[in-house]
Amino acid sequence: MAESSARVVPTPTGSALPLIGKSDTKPTWCPGCGDFGVVAAVEMAVKRLQIPSHNVVIVSGIGCSSNLPHFLSSYGFHGLHGRSLPVAEGIRWANHGLTVIGTGGDGDGFGIGAGHFIHAMRRNVNLTYVTMDNQIYGLTTGQASPTSVMGQKTKSTPTGVIEHPIEPISLALASGATYIARGFSGDVKQLADLVAGGIQHNGFSFIDVFSPCVTYNKINTFDFFRQRVYKLESAGHDPSDIVAAFARSLEWGDKIPIGLFYKTDRPTYEDLEEVLAAGPLALQPSGIKGRNDVLDEFV
Amino acid sequence: MSELSVRSGGQAGDGIASVGETIARCFSRMGLHVFGLNAYQSVIRGGHVWYHARTGDGRPHSQGDGLDILYALDKQTVDVHSAGLRRGGTVVFDPEKFAVSESELPAGVTALPVPTLEFARKYTSQSILQNAGGIGATAFLAGIPLDLLHQVLQDSFGRKAGDVVTWNLGASAEGYHFAETHASANASAVRKGGAPKLLMTGNQAIALGAAAAGCKFLAQYPMTPASGVLHWLAAHAQSLGIVVKQAEDEIAAINMAIGASFAGVRSMTATSGGGFALMVEALGLAGMTETPVVVVESQRCGPSTGLPTKTEQGDLNMMLGAGQGEFPRAILAPTDAKDAYLATIRAFELAEAWQTPVLLASDLHLSESHFTVDREEVALNLEPSSLFTVPPNGHEYKRYQYTDSGVSPRALPGQPGLQFVAGSDEHDEKGHLVSDTRSGIPRWVAERVQMMDKRMSKLRGLRADSAPPVLEGPAEAPLTFVAWGSTVGPIRDAMAQLASQGKSTNLLYFPTVFPLDPDGIVTALGRTHRTLLIEANYSGQFGRLLRAETGVHLTDRFLKYDGEPFYPHEIVARGLEELDHGGK
Repeated sequence: MAESSARVVPTPTGSALPLIGKSDTKPTWCPGCGDFGVVAAVEMAVKRLQIPSHNVVIVSGIGCSSNLPHFLSSYGFHGLHGRSLPVAEGIRWANHGLTVIGTGGDGDGFGIGAGHFIHAMRRNVNLTYVTMDNQIYGLTTGQASPTSVMGQKTKSTPTGVIEHPIEPISLALASGATYIARGFSGDVKQLADLVAGGIQHNGFSFIDVFSPCVTYNKINTFDFFRQRVYKLESAGHDPSDIVAAFARSLEWGDKIPIGLFYKTDRPTYEDLEEVLAAGPLALQPSGIKGRNDVLDEFV
Repeated sequence: MSELSVRSGGQAGDGIASVGETIARCFSRMGLHVFGLNAYQSVIRGGHVWYHARTGDGRPHSQGDGLDILYALDKQTVDVHSAGLRRGGTVVFDPEKFAVSESELPAGVTALPVPTLEFARKYTSQSILQNAGGIGATAFLAGIPLDLLHQVLQDSFGRKAGDVVTWNLGASAEGYHFAETHASANASAVRKGGAPKLLMTGNQAIALGAAAAGCKFLAQYPMTPASGVLHWLAAHAQSLGIVVKQAEDEIAAINMAIGASFAGVRSMTATSGGGFALMVEALGLAGMTETPVVVVESQRCGPSTGLPTKTEQGDLNMMLGAGQGEFPRAILAPTDAKDAYLATIRAFELAEAWQTPVLLASDLHLSESHFTVDREEVALNLEPSSLFTVPPNGHEYKRYQYTDSGVSPRALPGQPGLQFVAGSDEHDEKGHLVSDTRSGIPRWVAERVQMMDKRMSKLRGLRADSAPPVLEGPAEAPLTFVAWGSTVGPIRDAMAQLASQGKSTNLLYFPTVFPLDPDGIVTALGRTHRTLLIEANYSGQFGRLLRAETGVHLTDRFLKYDGEPFYPHEIVARGLEELDHGGK
């Protein structure tokens, strides 16, 4: 146990303290993995917003992409498969002075963690969730994922996938997320803009990233996406129009949109949780010493 | 002790729990100790439910055995419960609904027909008001002064619409005076004792203990019989500054609690066996990341959905083994409400000091029964410290630094310069993964062992910090009951009954069921003459644990898994068998 009672409180954002950078751990992803672009974009976005690294917590689940927190110099929580979002929510509610970023993969977020994904969005918890969507299970060596396309042959589907894939953007629109975007790890600059926009947004920000697995997914490769992606902002999409956003989210084929699908303002869970009006929970006094009124109801 | 038991019964939806609680609260406000048993079924309307309030001049530790006053809202209540009525007892019922003849009651028991519906109709067409007349008649028979009953009724309706209060006061007064005119009070009718006592359920005591311990965050998914913790803290969240979150499932609940704890607040989740089964993986997450968390596991009859509204101590094996791999944990087992308050505080202290999950093993019988406590027994005098402290080491911060105690300095997000990653994978002192490119390499194989040893060494401290077994009663008694958790209550009552028959017994119970101190237990058991293990489960799970930890096999057992709490007379009978015939 710490012996000193001196209190060090979380400080507000500012550039006086060290900004986020690479940690002393080198990424262990396969050479050419899409996730390198994502970690670079997250670092760029957080740095650009001048948030000191000690006020950032990156929370992940399990899978190749969920190793991301180890590669940056912020606080991190590398939890269980599929359970990053409940941990991230708990962190936000305990200290909403912190910038919380969830990271993970498609199996982690849309398979085992799908229930948490939906509920975190409907709550509009103010955090940013970046999924590295490679449409395959990588760390378990190549099984079908919830976003694998119909017919895709994998170790677990040798004759091809026979389930319709989850469309994460449509799901997010239906579930109540208030900032919904799609990036491509082949375009780090745009991705960094989308992540920065998500962090700045007051509410649940979801950024699904095409982050190709160069080892196990031979269909959805960098080239596959380079030939197909187009930017919503160049196509005249109005991100305040949820119906248009839904229509765009269903586009898949020769043309696949990336960019900001939808953005709206709705009070966050933290805005509506009255206990948090008194400031970050971790900095509020605790205990009920002397609150003998509490006992009166038992008389 | 002189005692009085009042039981009310009817169908779910009849307001039985509220009738029973009103009577129980009258007793506690008169300064008497009460035990209140709320027996119900997994149904919202219909079925058969009852509430049993037991009081007297001592402290009842259980629902006891017989009853003196039965307020029956339906005939089934008479059929099911009248056999338990003691001589001099009374059945209160409304003859407009059904008839009760004294020939169907035990000898010396009176049937008292009270026109409760007629009283109710004077005020409203809502038949629920019949209960007020029944409460009034029951209160008279029990010795409760009318003005005290009226205060309790007024307080229970709070600042609601005046009419409802007026009707209840009027109808209850009519019932009271009717009984006064047509019957005499029970021979064991109560008299005012000392200062009013506090009446609370085990769940409320747990919630109160959590708040006192500095808990700032509860995440929970509703599940009987743990929901009372959620309900009490939700109702007081704003007043006490506690964030209470109903999660989408138990997996989310414990992960949220772990996240909140990681970020610097004392956190808790509560559930029953089915929900705890879902929390198992995250329990290990707390162990691996060395994040304090308190988990309340209020057991009910299993397996699977089991008997959701009935009690059992069948989850001990699961609590002991929950989680893949090994990590330190403690399991505390409070016996009653005042103990639950203190044990919850203790659970938070242990979790924080040893940075590991601590389980509070309750059960339906403790969680949902009513107990009385004195104000000083739940003194709100704790001042929880801030968790934001400066880790003691200077230049290079290592979250998982090797220490003698196994406890490493804990930084919290927001503290500058101390960033680290808490990982569910095996890691080194700085939190860096060992699992990916380093596992299997000799240096890191050794590191894994060292980190595992560090975590597990916390068990030593946990053991030293935990409450040892308690021996109650004469040290030299020829029979020792061995128990844990809520079964201690009926055993205490049984011991008093046995003592009144000149039979000396004592009780060895375990406030901490894990980790145990084998040497201390062997010594304690070595001083006993004969033991009887009492558990509410099929296989004697605690007996198995004791045998595993100490090599001592407690062969004489009284195990119950019918969903019902132990009744003192059952324990008396088994105790006498042991004493007279050397047991089975």
